[in-house]
Amino acid sequence: MAKKQLVHIKVNGRDREAMVEPRLLLVHFIREVLELTGTHVGCDTTHCGACTVVLDGKTVKSCTLFAVQADGSELLTVEGLMKDGKLHPLQEGFKEEHGLQCGFCTPGMLMSSYALLQKNNKPNEEDIRWGISGNLCRCTGYQNIVKAVQYAAGKMAQGGTR
Amino acid sequence: MIPPAFEYLRPKTIPEAISFLKQYGDDAKILSGGQSLIPMMKFRLARPGYLVDINRISGLAYIKEEGDFLKIGGLTRESELEGSELIRSKYPIIFDTARVIADPQVRNLATVAGNLAHGDPANDHPATMLALGAQVVATGPKGERVIPIGQFFVTLFTTALEHDEIVTEIRIPTPPPRSGGAYFKLERKVGDFATAAVAAQLTLDDKGSCQKVGIGLTNVGPTPIEAKKAEDFVRGKKLDDANIQETAALAAGEAQPSADLRGSAEYKKGLVKELTKRALSQALLRAT
Repeated sequence: MAKKQLVHIKVNGRDREAMVEPRLLLVHFIREVLELTGTHVGCDTTHCGACTVVLDGKTVKSCTLFAVQADGSELLTVEGLMKDGKLHPLQEGFKEEHGLQCGFCTPGMLMSSYALLQKNNKPNEEDIRWGISGNLCRCTGYQNIVKAVQYAAGKMAQGGTR
Repeated sequence: MIPPAFEYLRPKTIPEAISFLKQYGDDAKILSGGQSLIPMMKFRLARPGYLVDINRISGLAYIKEEGDFLKIGGLTRESELEGSELIRSKYPIIFDTARVIADPQVRNLATVAGNLAHGDPANDHPATMLALGAQVVATGPKGERVIPIGQFFVTLFTTALEHDEIVTEIRIPTPPPRSGGAYFKLERKVGDFATAAVAAQLTLDDKGSCQKVGIGLTNVGPTPIEAKKAEDFVRGKKLDDANIQETAALAAGEAQPSADLRGSAEYKKGLVKELTKRALSQALLRAT
């Protein structure tokens, strides 16, 4: 077995560290070492986007990155979206607009949408569809996800949070 | 899927990275964006004993014009090309290419250099770089060498790079006035490899004839293909409908596709013909 290495990552604002095997994928570090199971493993082959997290401000598929690569980085997972007991406008939007059915893709959809809104706070429909193009949903047909993101963008523009 | 175990090395400089590659030889692989390598490791198609993570080497991520070249650093991500005003305005063919590679998350990590160095004929930048007449700068134990893109792709997953060389820069000759280019790809869904794709770059002379032309084909052979017969035919000619038709037919003839889940060989040749027409027409529009 390869030598374990110390990994230090700021996760949802909290410093976390652990000794890990280099081959440990970031998604397994998040789910099994940190026990943050909001991030899902879907296809495990870089297609579906269920494992999407925001690493140093950019979305990545955490099934296709080793935890050791994220050493020294800041990581945001779906657990980090809620603040002070209140849902993030995106989470509220998914709830209000029925942006999920089975919910499996939702954490990844939320993280991709979050990164999109950070870059572009007034996305049109095409921007949204482009922004979530690396995330697959087998239930909604995407229609309501687009509406949920529009809802959040509207809410945030009205001086909503973040 | 858990990749096989490996030792993880994280050099801070290019010389340090090269010394690891020298020390561990064929058992070492460079980890750059990792968006092809990590999936291959999961499937046990690659089992490197050592991964040399070059992501922490500073000064390798840039997009700049210098001298007569556009220079793209060895660690420049696809998303940086997508977001670059210089690329969007002056090198639309590269913009076309970068934005159809995989998906946003993958493009945040994937590098242009990796897209070339992987040597996968299904990757998108090779055809575009062939059309642009790019040069690959490889840095190894003896220093830098410049490899013309036409000599870079040797065979399936094999490039002209030595195992202890790193792609540190890609150089693209700055297109003269009256130049334009475009990349057209057909994919089954976002994130899929091309069923086929065509890159075309051209420069017109003052009479509107095609002075310089480059045509590259994606995923229709064991390597990315430069459609030289098509280029030779159209060079010096006006790009009217008949000449575009003939050029496209020649390019289709140079494709060597094999049948797979994405379609039959005949279908893919037809696709190359159609995509060549579209790429040339768009390139012409952008050049005028």
